[in-house]
Amino acid sequence: MSDRREHAPGRRPDGSALKDLAVVGAGPAGMAAAVAAARAGLSVALIDSGARLGGQYYRHPPEGFRARRPGALHHGFARFTRLADALKAHGVEIRLGHRVWAVEKLTGDASEKAIAAEEDAGVAVHCLAGARDERRETVLARRLVIATGAHDRPLPFPGWDLPGVFTAGGAQALLKGDLVVAGRRVVVAGTGPFLLPVAAGLAGAGAHVAGVFEANGRFGLASTLIAHPGKLAEGAGYGYRLARHRVPYAGGHAVVAAHGENELTHVTVAKVDRDWVPGPLRTIECDALAVGYGFVPQIELATQLGCATGTGGDGGPVVAVDEGMRTSVPGVYAAGEPTGVGGAELAEVEGWIAGRAVAADLGRQVDRAPGLARRRARLAAFGRALQAAYPVRDGWMGWLRDDTLICRCEEVPYARIKDARELGASDARSLKLLARPGMGWCQGRVCGYAVACLAGEEPLPPRRPIAQPVRLGDLAGDQEGEDPR
Amino acid sequence: MNPSPERPPHAGHLVGARPEPGFDISVDGRPVSAVPGQTIGAVLYSNGIKSWRTTRMGGRPRGLFCGIGVCFDCLVTVNGEASLRACQTEARPGDKVTTA
Repeated sequence: MSDRREHAPGRRPDGSALKDLAVVGAGPAGMAAAVAAARAGLSVALIDSGARLGGQYYRHPPEGFRARRPGALHHGFARFTRLADALKAHGVEIRLGHRVWAVEKLTGDASEKAIAAEEDAGVAVHCLAGARDERRETVLARRLVIATGAHDRPLPFPGWDLPGVFTAGGAQALLKGDLVVAGRRVVVAGTGPFLLPVAAGLAGAGAHVAGVFEANGRFGLASTLIAHPGKLAEGAGYGYRLARHRVPYAGGHAVVAAHGENELTHVTVAKVDRDWVPGPLRTIECDALAVGYGFVPQIELATQLGCATGTGGDGGPVVAVDEGMRTSVPGVYAAGEPTGVGGAELAEVEGWIAGRAVAADLGRQVDRAPGLARRRARLAAFGRALQAAYPVRDGWMGWLRDDTLICRCEEVPYARIKDARELGASDARSLKLLARPGMGWCQGRVCGYAVACLAGEEPLPPRRPIAQPVRLGDLAGDQEGEDPR
Repeated sequence: MNPSPERPPHAGHLVGARPEPGFDISVDGRPVSAVPGQTIGAVLYSNGIKSWRTTRMGGRPRGLFCGIGVCFDCLVTVNGEASLRACQTEARPGDKVTTA
Protein backbone atom coordinates (compact mmCIF):
# COMPACT_ATOMS: atom_id res chain seq x y z
CA MET A 1 0.00 0.00 0.00
CA SER A 2 1.29 3.45 -0.84
CA ASP A 3 1.85 6.12 1.75
CA ARG A 4 -1.13 8.35 1.31
CA ARG A 5 0.54 11.29 3.01
CA GLU A 6 2.72 11.75 -0.06
CA HIS A 7 -0.31 12.84 -2.01
CA ALA A 8 -1.27 16.46 -2.26
CA PRO A 9 -4.16 17.50 -0.04
CA GLY A 10 -7.44 17.26 -1.87
CA ARG A 11 -6.17 14.56 -4.21
CA ARG A 12 -6.89 10.90 -4.00
CA PRO A 13 -4.00 8.48 -4.28
CA ASP A 14 -5.02 7.76 -7.86
CA GLY A 15 -4.78 11.45 -8.65
CA SER A 16 -8.46 12.20 -8.96
CA ALA A 17 -9.75 15.19 -7.08
CA LEU A 18 -11.71 15.21 -3.89
CA LYS A 19 -15.12 16.49 -4.89
CA ASP A 20 -16.86 19.36 -3.19
CA LEU A 21 -20.10 17.39 -3.33
CA ALA A 22 -21.23 13.82 -3.84
CA VAL A 23 -24.90 13.33 -4.67
CA VAL A 24 -26.34 9.83 -4.29
CA GLY A 25 -29.34 9.29 -6.51
CA ALA A 26 -29.82 10.67 -10.04
CA GLY A 27 -33.57 11.20 -10.01
CA PRO A 28 -35.19 14.64 -10.07
CA ALA A 29 -33.84 15.62 -6.63
CA GLY A 30 -30.28 14.43 -7.18
CA MET A 31 -30.01 15.88 -10.68
CA ALA A 32 -31.29 19.28 -9.52
CA ALA A 33 -28.96 19.29 -6.49
CA ALA A 34 -25.98 18.44 -8.70
CA VAL A 35 -26.85 21.14 -11.25
CA ALA A 36 -27.43 23.80 -8.58
CA ALA A 37 -24.13 23.05 -6.86
CA ALA A 38 -22.14 22.81 -10.08
CA ARG A 39 -23.65 26.05 -11.38
CA ALA A 40 -22.36 27.75 -8.22
CA GLY A 41 -18.86 26.52 -9.03
CA LEU A 42 -18.59 23.33 -7.00
CA SER A 43 -17.06 20.10 -8.28
CA VAL A 44 -19.77 17.47 -8.13
CA ALA A 45 -20.05 13.70 -8.52
CA LEU A 46 -23.52 12.29 -9.18
CA ILE A 47 -23.83 8.61 -8.29
CA ASP A 48 -26.64 6.22 -9.19
CA SER A 49 -27.12 2.48 -9.30
CA GLY A 50 -29.12 2.67 -12.51
CA ALA A 51 -27.83 2.44 -16.05
CA ARG A 52 -29.28 5.80 -17.05
CA LEU A 53 -29.99 9.17 -15.47
CA GLY A 54 -33.47 9.99 -14.22
CA GLY A 55 -34.16 7.61 -11.33
CA GLN A 56 -37.51 5.87 -11.20
CA TYR A 57 -39.64 8.82 -12.25
CA TYR A 58 -37.73 9.60 -15.43
CA ARG A 59 -36.86 6.00 -16.23
CA HIS A 60 -36.58 5.76 -20.01
CA PRO A 61 -35.52 3.22 -22.62
CA PRO A 62 -31.88 2.51 -23.45
CA GLU A 63 -30.17 3.99 -26.49
CA GLY A 64 -30.57 0.68 -28.27
CA PHE A 65 -34.22 1.44 -28.96
CA ARG A 66 -33.29 4.70 -30.75
CA ALA A 67 -36.55 6.19 -29.55
CA ARG A 68 -37.61 9.33 -31.42
CA ARG A 69 -39.94 10.29 -28.55
CA PRO A 70 -38.25 8.87 -25.42
CA GLY A 71 -40.52 10.98 -23.20
CA ALA A 72 -43.81 9.84 -24.71
CA LEU A 73 -44.51 7.65 -21.67
CA HIS A 74 -43.81 10.44 -19.16
CA HIS A 75 -45.41 13.48 -17.65
CA GLY A 76 -43.00 16.41 -18.01
CA PHE A 77 -40.06 14.68 -19.68
CA ALA A 78 -38.76 18.04 -20.95
CA ARG A 79 -37.73 18.84 -17.37
CA PHE A 80 -35.56 15.75 -17.36
CA THR A 81 -33.93 16.70 -20.66
CA ARG A 82 -33.12 20.17 -19.31
CA LEU A 83 -31.60 18.73 -16.12
CA ALA A 84 -29.54 16.18 -18.05
CA ASP A 85 -28.24 18.86 -20.44
CA ALA A 86 -27.37 21.12 -17.51
CA LEU A 87 -25.45 18.34 -15.75
CA LYS A 88 -23.28 17.92 -18.81
CA ALA A 89 -22.92 21.67 -19.42
CA HIS A 90 -21.64 22.18 -15.88
CA GLY A 91 -19.21 19.30 -15.94
CA VAL A 92 -20.83 17.12 -13.29
CA GLU A 93 -19.03 13.77 -13.03
CA ILE A 94 -21.75 11.19 -13.63
CA ARG A 95 -21.19 7.72 -12.18
CA LEU A 96 -23.95 5.37 -13.28
CA GLY A 97 -24.12 1.70 -12.38
CA HIS A 98 -22.67 2.50 -8.95
CA ARG A 99 -24.47 0.84 -6.05
CA VAL A 100 -23.70 2.60 -2.80
CA TRP A 101 -23.35 0.11 0.02
CA ALA A 102 -22.02 2.39 2.71
CA VAL A 103 -21.32 6.03 3.43
CA GLU A 104 -18.88 7.03 6.07
CA LYS A 105 -18.20 10.35 7.69
CA LEU A 106 -14.48 10.93 7.63
CA THR A 107 -12.95 12.13 10.82
CA GLY A 108 -10.29 14.80 11.04
CA ASP A 109 -7.77 12.07 11.88
CA ALA A 110 -5.50 12.63 8.91
CA SER A 111 -3.19 9.74 9.63
CA GLU A 112 -5.95 7.30 8.77
CA LYS A 113 -7.91 9.32 6.25
CA ALA A 114 -5.32 11.51 4.60
CA ILE A 115 -7.71 12.71 1.95
CA ALA A 116 -9.86 14.51 4.44
CA ALA A 117 -9.49 18.19 3.79
CA GLU A 118 -8.27 20.30 6.62
CA GLU A 119 -11.39 22.05 7.79
CA ASP A 120 -13.95 19.71 6.18
CA ALA A 121 -13.52 16.07 6.97
CA GLY A 122 -16.16 15.10 4.41
CA VAL A 123 -17.58 11.74 3.49
CA ALA A 124 -16.50 8.56 1.78
CA VAL A 125 -19.14 7.00 -0.46
CA HIS A 126 -18.37 3.31 -0.95
CA CYS A 127 -19.75 1.85 -4.16
CA LEU A 128 -19.82 -1.35 -6.12
CA ALA A 129 -19.59 -0.43 -9.78
CA GLY A 130 -20.89 -2.55 -12.64
CA ALA A 131 -23.62 -5.17 -12.62
CA ARG A 132 -21.19 -7.96 -13.38
CA ASP A 133 -17.41 -7.76 -13.02
CA GLU A 134 -18.15 -5.74 -9.91
CA ARG A 135 -15.39 -3.49 -8.67
CA ARG A 136 -15.06 -1.36 -5.59
CA GLU A 137 -15.03 2.40 -6.01
CA THR A 138 -14.95 5.06 -3.34
CA VAL A 139 -15.98 8.65 -3.98
CA LEU A 140 -14.66 11.19 -1.51
CA ALA A 141 -16.38 14.51 -1.10
CA ARG A 142 -16.64 17.39 1.33
CA ARG A 143 -20.43 17.33 1.33
CA LEU A 144 -23.09 14.69 0.67
CA VAL A 145 -26.64 14.99 -0.66
CA ILE A 146 -28.80 11.90 -0.13
CA ALA A 147 -31.39 11.76 -2.91
CA THR A 148 -32.09 8.05 -2.92
CA GLY A 149 -35.80 8.21 -3.68
CA ALA A 150 -38.34 5.65 -2.59
CA HIS A 151 -39.55 2.20 -3.50
CA ASP A 152 -43.01 0.69 -3.63
CA ARG A 153 -44.72 -0.32 -0.43
CA PRO A 154 -46.40 -3.66 -1.06
CA LEU A 155 -48.78 -5.43 1.28
CA PRO A 156 -48.80 -9.23 1.44
CA PHE A 157 -51.88 -11.15 0.35
CA PRO A 158 -52.45 -14.76 -0.73
CA GLY A 159 -50.67 -15.42 -4.02
CA TRP A 160 -48.69 -12.17 -4.14
CA ASP A 161 -45.52 -14.13 -4.84
CA LEU A 162 -46.82 -15.57 -8.12
CA PRO A 163 -44.95 -14.53 -11.28
CA GLY A 164 -47.13 -11.96 -13.02
CA VAL A 165 -47.73 -10.03 -9.80
CA PHE A 166 -45.74 -6.80 -9.89
CA THR A 167 -45.43 -3.82 -7.65
CA ALA A 168 -47.12 -0.86 -9.32
CA GLY A 169 -43.70 0.73 -9.75
CA GLY A 170 -42.30 -2.52 -11.11
CA ALA A 171 -44.87 -2.67 -13.90
CA GLN A 172 -44.17 0.99 -14.60
CA ALA A 173 -40.40 0.42 -14.65
CA LEU A 174 -40.70 -2.47 -17.09
CA LEU A 175 -42.76 -0.28 -19.40
CA LYS A 176 -40.79 2.97 -19.15
CA GLY A 177 -37.34 1.40 -19.00
CA ASP A 178 -37.62 -1.62 -21.29
CA LEU A 179 -40.83 -0.92 -23.28
CA VAL A 180 -42.26 -4.24 -22.12
CA VAL A 181 -45.92 -4.29 -21.09
CA ALA A 182 -46.46 -6.42 -17.98
CA GLY A 183 -49.37 -8.36 -19.48
CA ARG A 184 -52.10 -8.55 -22.06
CA ARG A 185 -54.87 -8.33 -19.48
CA VAL A 186 -53.81 -6.41 -16.40
CA VAL A 187 -55.39 -5.46 -13.09
CA VAL A 188 -54.10 -2.42 -11.18
CA ALA A 189 -54.80 -2.28 -7.45
CA GLY A 190 -53.73 -0.74 -4.17
CA THR A 191 -54.10 2.79 -2.96
CA GLY A 192 -52.92 6.22 -3.96
CA PRO A 193 -52.78 8.49 -6.98
CA PHE A 194 -49.83 6.57 -8.48
CA LEU A 195 -52.23 3.85 -9.62
CA LEU A 196 -53.63 6.24 -12.24
CA PRO A 197 -50.49 6.87 -14.31
CA VAL A 198 -49.59 3.18 -14.03
CA ALA A 199 -52.99 2.13 -15.39
CA ALA A 200 -53.01 4.85 -18.04
CA GLY A 201 -49.52 3.88 -19.17
CA LEU A 202 -50.38 0.19 -19.46
CA ALA A 203 -53.64 0.89 -21.29
CA GLY A 204 -51.94 3.29 -23.66
CA ALA A 205 -49.26 0.71 -24.41
CA GLY A 206 -51.76 -1.89 -25.52
CA ALA A 207 -52.68 -3.82 -22.39
CA HIS A 208 -56.31 -4.45 -21.63
CA VAL A 209 -56.64 -2.98 -18.14
CA ALA A 210 -59.46 -4.98 -16.60
CA GLY A 211 -59.86 -2.60 -13.69
CA VAL A 212 -58.25 -0.13 -11.29
CA PHE A 213 -59.15 -0.99 -7.71
CA GLU A 214 -58.49 1.75 -5.18
CA ALA A 215 -58.91 0.38 -1.67
CA ASN A 216 -59.74 3.78 -0.25
CA GLY A 217 -62.81 5.59 -1.51
CA ARG A 218 -62.11 7.97 -4.32
CA PHE A 219 -63.52 10.98 -2.52
CA GLY A 220 -61.96 13.13 0.16
CA LEU A 221 -59.24 14.37 -2.14
CA ALA A 222 -61.21 16.96 -4.06
CA SER A 223 -60.50 19.89 -1.74
CA THR A 224 -56.78 19.11 -1.77
CA LEU A 225 -56.66 19.01 -5.56
CA ILE A 226 -58.62 22.21 -6.07
CA ALA A 227 -55.86 24.08 -4.24
CA HIS A 228 -53.34 22.67 -6.76
CA PRO A 229 -54.60 23.38 -10.28
CA GLY A 230 -51.57 21.76 -11.91
CA LYS A 231 -52.13 18.51 -10.05
CA LEU A 232 -55.84 18.66 -10.78
CA ALA A 233 -55.08 18.94 -14.49
CA GLU A 234 -52.60 16.05 -14.30
CA GLY A 235 -55.17 13.89 -12.51
CA ALA A 236 -57.86 14.84 -15.02
CA GLY A 237 -55.48 13.89 -17.84
CA TYR A 238 -55.08 10.37 -16.45
CA GLY A 239 -58.82 10.14 -15.89
CA TYR A 240 -59.42 11.09 -19.51
CA ARG A 241 -56.94 8.51 -20.78
CA LEU A 242 -58.49 5.78 -18.60
CA ALA A 243 -61.96 6.71 -19.85
CA ARG A 244 -60.78 6.67 -23.47
CA HIS A 245 -59.49 3.12 -22.99
CA ARG A 246 -62.70 2.21 -21.14
CA VAL A 247 -60.79 1.22 -17.99
CA PRO A 248 -63.16 0.62 -15.07
CA TYR A 249 -62.14 2.42 -11.88
CA ALA A 250 -63.60 1.34 -8.53
CA GLY A 251 -62.98 2.98 -5.18
CA GLY A 252 -63.51 0.85 -2.08
CA HIS A 253 -62.29 -2.32 -3.79
CA ALA A 254 -59.13 -4.33 -3.28
CA VAL A 255 -57.38 -7.35 -4.74
CA VAL A 256 -57.38 -9.70 -1.76
CA ALA A 257 -55.91 -12.79 -3.44
CA ALA A 258 -53.98 -13.78 -6.57
CA HIS A 259 -54.32 -17.23 -8.09
CA GLY A 260 -52.50 -19.48 -10.52
CA GLU A 261 -50.44 -22.62 -10.67
CA ASN A 262 -47.03 -21.38 -11.74
CA GLU A 263 -48.04 -17.91 -12.80
CA LEU A 264 -50.91 -15.50 -12.30
CA THR A 265 -54.19 -16.43 -14.01
CA HIS A 266 -56.79 -14.55 -11.98
CA VAL A 267 -57.37 -12.40 -8.91
CA THR A 268 -60.08 -12.12 -6.29
CA VAL A 269 -61.42 -8.59 -5.95
CA ALA A 270 -63.38 -7.68 -2.85
CA LYS A 271 -65.55 -4.73 -2.08
CA VAL A 272 -63.99 -3.44 1.13
CA ASP A 273 -65.37 -1.24 3.86
CA ARG A 274 -63.68 1.84 5.26
CA ASP A 275 -61.28 -0.34 7.27
CA TRP A 276 -60.62 -2.61 4.26
CA VAL A 277 -62.55 -5.53 5.69
CA PRO A 278 -63.64 -7.57 2.65
CA GLY A 279 -67.28 -7.95 1.66
CA PRO A 280 -68.62 -9.40 -1.59
CA LEU A 281 -66.02 -11.10 -3.81
CA ARG A 282 -65.62 -11.54 -7.53
CA THR A 283 -63.00 -13.10 -9.78
CA ILE A 284 -61.20 -11.36 -12.63
CA GLU A 285 -58.99 -13.16 -15.13
CA CYS A 286 -55.66 -11.47 -15.78
CA ASP A 287 -52.07 -12.36 -16.59
CA ALA A 288 -50.55 -9.45 -14.69
CA LEU A 289 -51.35 -7.51 -11.53
CA ALA A 290 -49.72 -4.19 -10.64
CA VAL A 291 -50.26 -3.51 -6.96
CA GLY A 292 -48.98 -0.73 -4.72
CA TYR A 293 -49.89 0.78 -1.38
CA GLY A 294 -47.74 3.88 -1.41
CA PHE A 295 -44.01 4.28 -1.08
CA VAL A 296 -41.21 3.74 1.41
CA PRO A 297 -38.50 6.43 1.36
CA GLN A 298 -35.01 4.94 1.08
CA ILE A 299 -33.28 6.48 4.08
CA GLU A 300 -30.74 3.87 5.13
CA LEU A 301 -27.71 5.92 4.06
CA ALA A 302 -28.95 8.72 6.31
CA THR A 303 -29.57 6.41 9.25
CA GLN A 304 -26.14 4.82 8.71
CA LEU A 305 -24.65 8.25 9.25
CA GLY A 306 -26.79 8.89 12.32
CA CYS A 307 -29.04 11.54 10.77
CA ALA A 308 -32.05 12.33 12.93
CA THR A 309 -35.39 11.13 11.58
CA GLY A 310 -38.89 12.46 11.84
CA THR A 311 -42.32 11.18 10.88
CA GLY A 312 -43.72 11.42 7.37
CA GLY A 313 -47.31 12.01 6.33
CA ASP A 314 -48.03 8.26 6.62
CA GLY A 315 -46.44 7.79 10.05
CA GLY A 316 -43.28 6.22 8.62
CA PRO A 317 -39.75 7.47 9.20
CA VAL A 318 -38.25 10.23 7.05
CA VAL A 319 -34.99 12.16 7.27
CA ALA A 320 -35.38 15.34 9.30
CA VAL A 321 -34.04 18.42 7.48
CA ASP A 322 -33.94 22.19 7.98
CA GLU A 323 -34.90 24.89 5.46
CA GLY A 324 -31.67 24.22 3.53
CA MET A 325 -32.24 20.43 3.42
CA ARG A 326 -29.46 19.98 6.01
CA THR A 327 -29.76 16.85 8.12
CA SER A 328 -28.69 16.74 11.75
CA VAL A 329 -25.25 15.50 10.68
CA PRO A 330 -23.00 18.37 9.57
CA GLY A 331 -22.16 18.22 5.88
CA VAL A 332 -24.98 15.79 5.04
CA TYR A 333 -28.12 16.94 3.19
CA ALA A 334 -31.19 15.08 1.99
CA ALA A 335 -33.64 15.89 -0.80
CA GLY A 336 -36.68 14.30 -2.39
CA GLU A 337 -38.59 11.29 -1.11
CA PRO A 338 -36.21 10.55 1.82
CA THR A 339 -37.49 13.72 3.50
CA GLY A 340 -41.13 12.74 2.90
CA VAL A 341 -42.93 11.22 -0.06
CA GLY A 342 -44.18 14.03 -2.27
CA GLY A 343 -43.46 13.24 -5.91
CA ALA A 344 -41.08 14.38 -8.61
CA GLU A 345 -41.90 18.09 -8.63
CA LEU A 346 -41.27 18.45 -4.89
CA ALA A 347 -38.14 16.32 -5.20
CA GLU A 348 -36.71 18.61 -7.86
CA VAL A 349 -37.43 21.73 -5.80
CA GLU A 350 -35.75 20.15 -2.77
CA GLY A 351 -32.80 19.27 -4.97
CA TRP A 352 -32.40 22.87 -6.07
CA ILE A 353 -32.58 24.01 -2.44
CA ALA A 354 -30.06 21.39 -1.27
CA GLY A 355 -27.54 22.12 -4.02
CA ARG A 356 -27.72 25.84 -3.37
CA ALA A 357 -27.40 25.33 0.38
CA VAL A 358 -24.30 23.20 -0.09
CA ALA A 359 -22.77 25.90 -2.27
CA ALA A 360 -23.61 28.64 0.23
CA ASP A 361 -22.26 26.56 3.12
CA LEU A 362 -18.99 26.12 1.23
CA GLY A 363 -18.71 29.88 0.86
CA ARG A 364 -19.99 30.33 -2.70
CA GLN A 365 -22.12 33.29 -3.65
CA VAL A 366 -25.72 32.15 -4.05
CA ASP A 367 -28.59 34.59 -4.52
CA ARG A 368 -31.64 34.23 -2.39
CA ALA A 369 -34.52 32.31 -3.89
CA PRO A 370 -37.51 32.65 -1.60
CA GLY A 371 -39.71 31.25 -4.37
CA LEU A 372 -38.12 27.84 -3.96
CA ALA A 373 -38.92 27.74 -0.25
CA ARG A 374 -42.51 28.73 -0.94
CA ARG A 375 -42.89 26.07 -3.64
CA ARG A 376 -41.39 23.47 -1.36
CA ALA A 377 -43.80 24.36 1.45
CA ARG A 378 -46.79 24.20 -0.89
CA LEU A 379 -45.79 20.93 -2.57
CA ALA A 380 -44.79 19.26 0.70
CA ALA A 381 -48.16 20.14 2.20
CA PHE A 382 -49.80 18.63 -0.87
CA GLY A 383 -47.73 15.46 -0.50
CA ARG A 384 -48.74 15.11 3.13
CA ALA A 385 -52.39 15.68 2.23
CA LEU A 386 -52.20 12.95 -0.40
CA GLN A 387 -50.69 10.51 2.07
CA ALA A 388 -53.45 11.36 4.54
CA ALA A 389 -56.08 10.84 1.84
CA TYR A 390 -54.75 7.37 0.95
CA PRO A 391 -53.87 5.63 4.24
CA VAL A 392 -53.30 1.90 4.68
CA ARG A 393 -56.13 0.51 6.81
CA ASP A 394 -55.72 -2.46 9.16
CA GLY A 395 -58.30 -4.60 7.39
CA TRP A 396 -55.63 -5.93 4.98
CA MET A 397 -54.39 -8.21 7.76
CA GLY A 398 -57.69 -10.06 7.44
CA TRP A 399 -56.78 -10.97 3.84
CA LEU A 400 -53.93 -13.18 5.06
CA ARG A 401 -54.13 -16.95 5.34
CA ASP A 402 -51.83 -19.13 7.41
CA ASP A 403 -49.78 -20.07 4.34
CA THR A 404 -49.56 -16.54 2.91
CA LEU A 405 -45.91 -15.55 2.69
CA ILE A 406 -45.16 -12.40 4.66
CA CYS A 407 -41.42 -12.38 3.88
CA ARG A 408 -40.81 -13.45 0.29
CA CYS A 409 -37.04 -13.84 0.69
CA GLU A 410 -37.05 -16.11 3.72
CA GLU A 411 -40.43 -17.64 2.84
CA VAL A 412 -41.97 -16.86 6.21
CA PRO A 413 -45.69 -17.67 6.22
CA TYR A 414 -48.23 -15.78 8.28
CA ALA A 415 -48.64 -18.80 10.57
CA ARG A 416 -45.05 -18.43 11.74
CA ILE A 417 -45.59 -14.74 12.51
CA LYS A 418 -48.62 -15.70 14.59
CA ASP A 419 -46.58 -18.38 16.40
CA ALA A 420 -43.90 -15.81 17.21
CA ARG A 421 -46.51 -13.42 18.57
CA GLU A 422 -47.87 -16.23 20.75
CA LEU A 423 -44.35 -16.84 22.01
CA GLY A 424 -44.33 -13.25 23.20
CA ALA A 425 -42.87 -11.28 20.29
CA SER A 426 -44.67 -7.98 20.66
CA ASP A 427 -42.58 -5.75 18.41
CA ALA A 428 -41.11 -5.95 14.91
CA ARG A 429 -37.58 -6.69 16.09
CA SER A 430 -38.66 -9.64 18.24
CA LEU A 431 -40.81 -10.94 15.39
CA LYS A 432 -37.79 -10.72 13.11
CA LEU A 433 -35.57 -12.59 15.54
CA LEU A 434 -38.10 -15.36 16.18
CA ALA A 435 -39.64 -15.83 12.74
CA ARG A 436 -36.96 -14.33 10.43
CA PRO A 437 -39.04 -11.95 8.31
CA GLY A 438 -36.76 -9.31 6.80
CA MET A 439 -33.60 -11.39 7.25
CA GLY A 440 -33.12 -12.20 3.55
CA TRP A 441 -31.71 -10.61 0.43
CA CYS A 442 -33.93 -7.52 0.40
CA GLN A 443 -33.19 -6.78 4.07
CA GLY A 444 -36.82 -6.20 4.89
CA ARG A 445 -37.39 -3.51 2.27
CA VAL A 446 -40.36 -5.41 0.85
CA CYS A 447 -41.96 -6.79 4.03
CA GLY A 448 -40.72 -4.31 6.65
CA TYR A 449 -43.85 -2.18 6.61
CA ALA A 450 -46.16 -5.20 6.80
CA VAL A 451 -44.17 -6.75 9.63
CA ALA A 452 -44.35 -3.51 11.60
CA CYS A 453 -48.14 -3.46 11.09
CA LEU A 454 -48.41 -7.10 12.16
CA ALA A 455 -46.43 -6.22 15.28
CA GLY A 456 -48.86 -3.38 15.93
CA GLU A 457 -46.31 -0.59 15.70
CA GLU A 458 -45.31 2.26 13.39
CA PRO A 459 -42.37 1.35 11.13
CA LEU A 460 -39.00 2.26 12.64
CA PRO A 461 -36.06 3.78 10.77
CA PRO A 462 -34.06 1.06 9.01
CA ARG A 463 -30.89 -0.26 10.61
CA ARG A 464 -28.86 -1.58 7.70
CA PRO A 465 -25.16 -1.16 8.33
CA ILE A 466 -24.65 -2.32 4.75
CA ALA A 467 -27.08 -0.85 2.25
CA GLN A 468 -26.51 -3.40 -0.53
CA PRO A 469 -25.51 -7.05 -0.53
CA VAL A 470 -21.74 -7.08 -0.71
CA ARG A 471 -19.16 -9.84 -0.82
CA LEU A 472 -17.27 -10.44 2.40
CA GLY A 473 -14.05 -9.73 0.55
CA ASP A 474 -15.24 -6.25 -0.35
CA LEU A 475 -16.05 -5.60 3.28
CA ALA A 476 -12.64 -6.81 4.38
CA GLY A 477 -10.73 -5.01 1.65
CA ASP A 478 -9.54 -1.46 2.05
CA GLN A 479 -9.29 1.39 -0.40
CA GLU A 480 -6.24 0.21 -2.33
CA GLY A 481 -6.45 -3.45 -1.46
CA GLU A 482 -6.32 -6.09 -4.13
CA ASP A 483 -9.62 -7.46 -5.24
CA PRO A 484 -9.84 -10.44 -2.92
CA ARG A 485 -11.69 -12.64 -5.39
CA MET B 1 -38.24 -21.89 -17.33
CA ASN B 2 -41.89 -21.51 -17.92
CA PRO B 3 -42.67 -20.05 -21.33
CA SER B 4 -46.16 -18.67 -21.65
CA PRO B 5 -48.00 -19.25 -24.89
CA GLU B 6 -48.61 -15.56 -25.43
CA ARG B 7 -46.16 -12.74 -25.21
CA PRO B 8 -47.05 -9.42 -23.59
CA PRO B 9 -47.54 -6.41 -25.88
CA HIS B 10 -44.61 -4.17 -26.73
CA ALA B 11 -44.64 -0.42 -26.33
CA GLY B 12 -41.95 0.52 -28.83
CA HIS B 13 -44.39 2.27 -31.14
CA LEU B 14 -45.31 4.78 -28.43
CA VAL B 15 -41.83 6.22 -28.24
CA GLY B 16 -41.11 5.95 -31.94
CA ALA B 17 -38.51 3.24 -31.44
CA ARG B 18 -36.37 2.09 -34.35
CA PRO B 19 -34.35 -0.49 -32.43
CA GLU B 20 -30.79 -1.25 -33.34
CA PRO B 21 -30.26 -4.72 -34.72
CA GLY B 22 -30.98 -7.07 -31.87
CA PHE B 23 -29.07 -10.11 -30.73
CA ASP B 24 -29.87 -13.43 -29.19
CA ILE B 25 -29.18 -14.72 -25.74
CA SER B 26 -29.87 -18.30 -24.83
CA VAL B 27 -32.16 -19.55 -22.11
CA ASP B 28 -31.47 -23.18 -21.24
CA GLY B 29 -30.15 -23.52 -24.78
CA ARG B 30 -33.11 -21.87 -26.48
CA PRO B 31 -32.42 -18.59 -28.30
CA VAL B 32 -34.46 -15.51 -27.35
CA SER B 33 -34.12 -12.04 -28.86
CA ALA B 34 -32.90 -8.93 -27.07
CA VAL B 35 -32.71 -5.23 -27.89
CA PRO B 36 -29.34 -3.65 -26.98
CA GLY B 37 -29.62 -2.13 -23.50
CA GLN B 38 -32.55 -4.22 -22.34
CA THR B 39 -32.21 -6.00 -19.02
CA ILE B 40 -32.10 -9.79 -18.83
CA GLY B 41 -35.39 -9.63 -16.91
CA ALA B 42 -37.11 -7.64 -19.66
CA VAL B 43 -35.72 -9.94 -22.35
CA LEU B 44 -37.02 -13.04 -20.56
CA TYR B 45 -40.39 -11.53 -19.73
CA SER B 46 -40.98 -10.14 -23.21
CA ASN B 47 -40.25 -13.59 -24.62
CA GLY B 48 -43.00 -15.09 -22.49
CA ILE B 49 -40.72 -16.43 -19.73
CA LYS B 50 -42.15 -15.26 -16.43
CA SER B 51 -40.10 -17.20 -13.92
CA TRP B 52 -36.51 -18.41 -13.89
CA ARG B 53 -35.82 -19.70 -10.44
CA THR B 54 -37.56 -21.54 -7.64
CA THR B 55 -37.33 -20.72 -3.97
CA ARG B 56 -35.05 -22.65 -1.62
CA MET B 57 -37.74 -23.98 0.71
CA GLY B 58 -41.09 -24.00 -1.02
CA GLY B 59 -39.81 -24.53 -4.56
CA ARG B 60 -42.02 -21.64 -5.67
CA PRO B 61 -41.46 -19.99 -9.06
CA ARG B 62 -40.11 -16.46 -9.01
CA GLY B 63 -39.47 -13.78 -11.60
CA LEU B 64 -39.84 -10.01 -11.76
CA PHE B 65 -41.61 -8.24 -8.90
CA CYS B 66 -40.29 -4.79 -7.96
CA GLY B 67 -38.45 -4.18 -11.22
CA ILE B 68 -36.02 -1.70 -9.64
CA GLY B 69 -33.45 -3.84 -7.87
CA VAL B 70 -34.98 -3.75 -4.40
CA CYS B 71 -36.67 -7.14 -3.89
CA PHE B 72 -34.10 -9.64 -5.23
CA ASP B 73 -36.90 -11.93 -6.40
CA CYS B 74 -35.60 -11.95 -9.97
CA LEU B 75 -32.19 -13.47 -9.20
CA VAL B 76 -30.84 -15.23 -12.28
CA THR B 77 -27.82 -17.28 -13.30
CA VAL B 78 -25.99 -15.89 -16.35
CA ASN B 79 -22.92 -17.59 -17.85
CA GLY B 80 -22.67 -19.60 -14.65
CA GLU B 81 -22.65 -16.54 -12.42
CA ALA B 82 -25.47 -16.94 -9.89
CA SER B 83 -27.56 -14.40 -8.00
CA LEU B 84 -27.56 -11.55 -10.50
CA ARG B 85 -30.65 -9.37 -10.42
CA ALA B 86 -32.31 -9.86 -13.78
CA CYS B 87 -33.97 -6.44 -13.60
CA GLN B 88 -30.61 -4.71 -13.16
CA THR B 89 -28.38 -6.74 -15.46
CA GLU B 90 -28.10 -5.62 -19.05
CA ALA B 91 -28.21 -8.45 -21.57
CA ARG B 92 -25.06 -8.98 -23.65
CA PRO B 93 -24.72 -10.89 -26.90
CA GLY B 94 -24.08 -14.55 -26.24
CA ASP B 95 -25.30 -14.54 -22.65
CA LYS B 96 -26.33 -17.98 -21.46
CA VAL B 97 -29.12 -17.95 -18.91
CA THR B 98 -29.78 -21.12 -16.97
CA THR B 99 -32.99 -21.53 -15.02
CA ALA B 100 -33.73 -23.91 -12.20
